[in-house]
This record gives sequence, C-alpha cells and structure tokens, in this order.
Amino acid sequence: MIAEAGLAALWLAAVMALLQFALGALALGRGRAGLAPAIQPVAVVQAVLVCIAFFCLIAVFVRSDMSVLLVAANSHSAKPMLYKIAGTWGNHEGSMLLWVTILGVAGATIALFERQLREDTRVATLAAQGAIALGFYAFLLFSSNPFARIENVVEGAGLNPLLQDPGLAFHPPTLYAGYVGMSAAFSFAVGALVTRNVGPDFARAMRPWILGAWIFLTVGITAGSYWAYYTLGWGGWWFWDPVENASLMPWLAATALLHSVTVLATRDGLRAWTIMLSVLAFSMSMVGTFLVRSGILTSVHSFAVDPERGVFILALLAIYIGGALALFAMRIGTVSEGSRFDIVSREAALVLNNLMLTVVLVVVLAGTLYPLALEATSGTKISVGAPYFNSVAGPIALITMVLLAAGPLLRWRSDKPRLVLDRLVFSFLAGAAALLLIAAFAGSIGILPLLGLVAAAIVAVASLAPLWKRNLKRTPLFTFGMVMAHMGCAVSMAGMACDSAFTRETMVAMGPGETQAVGDFAVTLAGVRERPGPNYQALEAVLSVSEKGGTPFEMLPQLHQFTDPPMQTNQAAIRTFWNGQLYLVLGEQSDGDKWVMRMWWKPFVTLIWLGGAMIALGGMLSLLGRVRRDFLPRRRRTATVEALPEPEPAE
Amino acid sequence: MSRKLLLWLPFALVFVLFAVFWLGLKNPDDRIIASNMVGKPLPEFSARAAMPDRPGVTSADFTDGKPRLLNVFASWCVPCVREVPVLLRMQQQGVEIVGVAVHDSSPALATFLAQNGNPYDRIGLDEGGRAQIEFGSSGVPETFVVDGKGRIVHQHIGVVTEQDVPQLLGMLGKAQ
Repeated sequence: MIAEAGLAALWLAAVMALLQFALGALALGRGRAGLAPAIQPVAVVQAVLVCIAFFCLIAVFVRSDMSVLLVAANSHSAKPMLYKIAGTWGNHEGSMLLWVTILGVAGATIALFERQLREDTRVATLAAQGAIALGFYAFLLFSSNPFARIENVVEGAGLNPLLQDPGLAFHPPTLYAGYVGMSAAFSFAVGALVTRNVGPDFARAMRPWILGAWIFLTVGITAGSYWAYYTLGWGGWWFWDPVENASLMPWLAATALLHSVTVLATRDGLRAWTIMLSVLAFSMSMVGTFLVRSGILTSVHSFAVDPERGVFILALLAIYIGGALALFAMRIGTVSEGSRFDIVSREAALVLNNLMLTVVLVVVLAGTLYPLALEATSGTKISVGAPYFNSVAGPIALITMVLLAAGPLLRWRSDKPRLVLDRLVFSFLAGAAALLLIAAFAGSIGILPLLGLVAAAIVAVASLAPLWKRNLKRTPLFTFGMVMAHMGCAVSMAGMACDSAFTRETMVAMGPGETQAVGDFAVTLAGVRERPGPNYQALEAVLSVSEKGGTPFEMLPQLHQFTDPPMQTNQAAIRTFWNGQLYLVLGEQSDGDKWVMRMWWKPFVTLIWLGGAMIALGGMLSLLGRVRRDFLPRRRRTATVEALPEPEPAE
Repeated sequence: MSRKLLLWLPFALVFVLFAVFWLGLKNPDDRIIASNMVGKPLPEFSARAAMPDRPGVTSADFTDGKPRLLNVFASWCVPCVREVPVLLRMQQQGVEIVGVAVHDSSPALATFLAQNGNPYDRIGLDEGGRAQIEFGSSGVPETFVVDGKGRIVHQHIGVVTEQDVPQLLGMLGKAQ
C-alpha cells in the first residue's frame, strides 16, 4: 500500500507541476495577472506531494518490502538500518526521486520566501521551475518508476559494498541539493529573460539562491573527495573520474556566477554574461546527471546502463538547455549593455576570474567528453587520465589564485596599478618567505607544487588584506565570508601542493614481526586476524606503529569480504597528526604468511578538506550577511553603517 | 560575424554536444574490450594452485602440443555459474579446460566448485588479477582458445553458452 500511495503522490505532484507551469504562462499574458497569486500554493502543494512520495520510498526500504522491485534489487533485510535508509538513494530510481524532491522543495522555497523580485519575473521564474519539474516527473513515471512491484522475491540482492558507508547517507543528498539548487538560478534567468528584467534588483534577488546552492555543492564535493580518499584505498583524493568532473563543472560555473552576479548587483555590469552563466550552471548539473545516469561514460560510479533512459534524459536536456539558450539568443539583444568599467578595476578582475573559471570548465568538459567524441567518430577507445587534467588545469588554477590575491584589493570602476601593488606588498613578502623556506628545508620539488605553495602563501596573506585598517565591528558579515572563502582556497591549495610534493609511499609484502619504514614512522605487522562484521567478513591487520622510536600505537586496516553481492572492499586505517596523515591499506595475501601492505605518509593532506570546509563556511557567512542586508525588513537602513555609500566588496 | 549570430553560438555548441551524446548512446557496446593478445603467444605467468587436488597454472603448461581452453572466472562472479554446465559437457567431450580464478580465495572456490561442479583440470589462483591483465582480459568470465604451441587463437567475452560450443570445438580442432 505504501508503494501505491507513493506512486499516487508522485502522479499528483506531476499534475501540480503542470498546473504551476500553465498558471505561470497564462498569468504572464495580457489582462490575466489575476491568476498569479494561485501559483504560490500550487508550488507548495507540489513540494509537499513529492516529499510524501519520497518518504513512502524510504518507508518501503526501511520495512525491507521485497515486493517492491527497487528494494529487492538494491537492499537486503540483513543490512544495517542506516544503509537501508541511505540505500533509498543509492540507486538510479531513488536518486532521481531525490532529485525531483529537491527540485520541488527549491520551487516551494522560492514561492514562499522570494519577496524582492518584480511580481511578473517571480511568476515567470516559478513557471520555469514547474516546467523543469514536469519533465523529470515524466522521466520518473514513464521510464524509472521507483515503486514498481515484483512477485515471489523473498530476499534482496544487497547494496553495492562500496556504497555501504556513512558517506552515502550524506554525500548524494548534499551534492544533489547543490546540483538541483542551481535550478533556481536557471529559472531566475529564464524568468528575467521572459519579462525583460535583467538588472541590479534581479541580481540581488537571485544572489542568495546561488549562494545557497553553491554552499551545498562545495560541501558535497569536499565530502565526496574525502569519502573517495578513505574508501577506495588508493590514497588519492581526486581521480578526475567523469562523475567527479560532473560535480566539479557546475561548481566552476556557479563560482563564476557568484562573482559575476556581484558585478551585476553592485555595478549593473555583465548583464548578458550573468544570465549566460545562470543557464550554464544548471545545464552543467543536468549534463552531470545525464552522464552519471545514462552510463554513457565508464566510471567507478556508473551503475546500470540503459540507453532508453539515456535518450529520455537527453531529450529533456535538449528541451531545457536548448530552449533557454534560444531564449537567450532572442532576448539578450534587447537587454542594454550595463555600465562600463576600466581595465584596472574590481570589475575587470572579476571578469578575468570568470574567464579563468570558464577556461578550467572547458578544459574539464573537453577532457571528460573527448573519449566519447573520439569513440563516436572513429571507434577508438581511450581514457583521458589525471596527467592531462593536472597539467592543463593546474597552471590555470595557479593564475586564478594570483588574480584572487589582487581582485578583492581593487576598487570598483577604476584603480591605479601602482596602488594595487602597494596593497600587495605583504603578500609578495609572504610568497618570497615561502620560497626561501622550501629552498632551505624541502630541497627540490616539482615546479607545479612549488608554485602552488608560493601562490598559497601569497593568497593567504592577501585574503586578509580587505580587513586591513578596517573597523571590524562595522565590517559586514559578507566581507568576512569572502575573506574566509579566499583563505580556504589558499589552505586547500597548500594541502594539494604538499600532498603531491612530499607524499611518501611504499608497498611491501610483510610477514608477522617484520617492520617497514614510511616517512618518520616504523610500521610492524603483529598479525592478521579475522573479524566478523554485520554483513561481511573482515580480515584485519594488527599493526604497531611508532614515530621516531616514540610510544607505539595500534592501527587496524581491514579487508572486507561481502557476500550479498559478493565483493571485496578496503578499509584503510588512517591516523591524523597535526602535520599530516598516515594511511595504511591491507592488500592481498602473497606467498605463505606474507601480506601486501600499502603505506602512505601524506604531509598536510588534511588541509585540502579543511580548505574546502572554510570555503563553504565563507559562503554561509556571505549568505547570512546578504539575507540580513537585502531580505530582512529595512529597519537597519537608517543605521549609520548603511548610510555610508561604501563600495560593496565582492563575495 | 554579427552580434546576432554570435548570440546563437552557445545554442549551436550545445547542439553539437548533444549530437555526440546521441551517438554515444547509440553505441552501447562499450563494455566489450577485445584483447590485443589474440594471435600472440600466451604471456609468461604463473598462478599457484587454488585447490589442493588440482595443480596450479603456468604458461609452460600450454606448450605440450595440446590445444586447451583457458577460462578466466571467479567464485564471486554470478554469470560464471551459468557457464559451468556448458564447460562440464565440453570436458566430457575431451576438452581440457584450465581455470584462472581472479581476485579469489581457496575456501570460496571450494564452495563454488562443490555447488556447481568442477570442469577444470588445473586451477590457478590469480590473486592480484595480474595474470588476467597480462592476457588482455578485462572482465569475468572470459574464455581463451590456446593452441598447442601456447598461442592465443581466440578470445570469447562473456558467458559460454550452448550456441558457442560448436565454434569453440571447431577452433580447438584446428589449433593442433
């Protein structure tokens, strides 16, 4: 019954989406504005219905109702409760349902809380949101019904062991909230084009939605990177896997958008470009969903291959992206250019930032799709690996970092190069100090990590400069947000550079009692024992580790053997120190009683994710500051802070 | 180029992109990766005995003049179960089948063979999957026809079904 109720709720939600789109489209016509108020309750009801459908699906997973095909194919009654719930979205149908649920909730949030936007633009935005939802409901109902029944099944097939990790509970929902949250920006852009309303007010209204989605994306990518790092047991934190790239591309577009929307909000510049990026960010999200869900690219993430579903999503994408771009081409010519600015100015720096981020985006997109294009045209199968991405995207990221140091220190409209250099003196000193320190203590390292460390030092100091000589009490929250996010970039880059320059790696076959050195650590194998898990058998290596003859401590990497479905996974033993992580992996048994052990000492690798968290935190501070200033009642407008015509800093 | 045309450029680019996606979807044979070892001698390898009652496998075992099937399988591989009856029938017809179990363990293999039967004269344990990579095999199950001089003459990807038997027997007959 629960499954049928869920399916019914899904159908009703689809009807509401259709109604939302139709009402919006009609209300925009001449003399029918009276229809507009109805669109808000429709959007809310749609969200409630799709949430009901989603909770019904969670319920059938929790009850291990094996008469539901999806549960039988992906769950197992002996699975721990956390994975029964998380298993709801650990498969194609469930994750698509999560996708539309977030879409519905995003639409309802706009309907309930958006008060800044001109009425007709708001209606057009909600209509666009309804149109997107409608297509994806159709996709679910006609080709990916999550509630389909099956007969005569007593036990399920189980969940992919790689996914049986607490990470599954949080990573996909966070990432999806970011992906789908970008739909708000897309719908805003469509709404603005339809009603010819592209200007600072529109940008200010759109900005918090972009920020919100961008925060989720940042958290999702950072968490996903750490998840891959500790579950895959390869010691790497980014694999340039197509699915990782699929999450990076919307993030790059959204980061560019976040900066360009500030130019539009503050200086009324970059109108067409901001609209373009709004369309691009969500398009990249949809292309990402397509790449993952159609199985068109081979990757560690791809599940079932179903060309029919792929064609369906492709058709939806063609309609939405093609439609938005056609609308862009027809309408943007009527949008006037906006204000001008000098070559040395905050605006120009932000344009360069946008350019760089877009170039990285194109590089990643090309690398991800090149194998596909080559195979389609010549039949040759190749794989574009990390060397391409690192060597092409790395240098561009470095240039972007340098811009990041200077950008926030520039004045709007026009500035003098000499003054900018003056403001950067301490940053350059920090960079020089970093160079000297590396030369003195680290010896020779690769050119890219070297430049990365120097750039990180420059940016770290430069990111603090906007607070220099400022009354911190009167500095708005979003300025602190910007400082925090930029500092996070420096921290993350330092982590990446340290990881690639200073990592120590060994792989040996060890018998009990043998000792192996890695970095400053001596690792002794005491033995390997069996350990039963809840739904797997584990082999556990007992390792005694000591740093430079200090007190030994125990580390226990495991090898898990699952039976439903049969598969082996590694559980690395990771120990975090203030200056890095020791990462130990138990491999296969080699001759006799020897075991293959892979060991890494990774200095300062944790900075990568710490930086990611700082970037997200910066986004949150900005969001809080923006909502406080732009959205809440204007009682503070009379206060002295707002009375000063101070230039607004960028995000 | 006029500004008007330039504005349609993104639309055109997306159109091209989607055409590529379309072509990609129309070629779903992505998973079949042929070995470039076909026609070449079996690479040097040695896999230790997986079961106490059967010898292990080395490349030298294949050069005694008798053609054989080399079956790459695993006890954890569900499709592999389906081909065991077919392999057993071929064994009864006098075909010698050498098994290489990848990423496997002896206890799991013992259960697998007890449940499904044992069509193998030799079973080697390829723990790290190194031998499999050497053969140019990218998945399980895969079956190679190896001639009497230890040369790979044919690669069969996927489950061996009844329909495949005549072709495989014909190749074994020619591969003296």
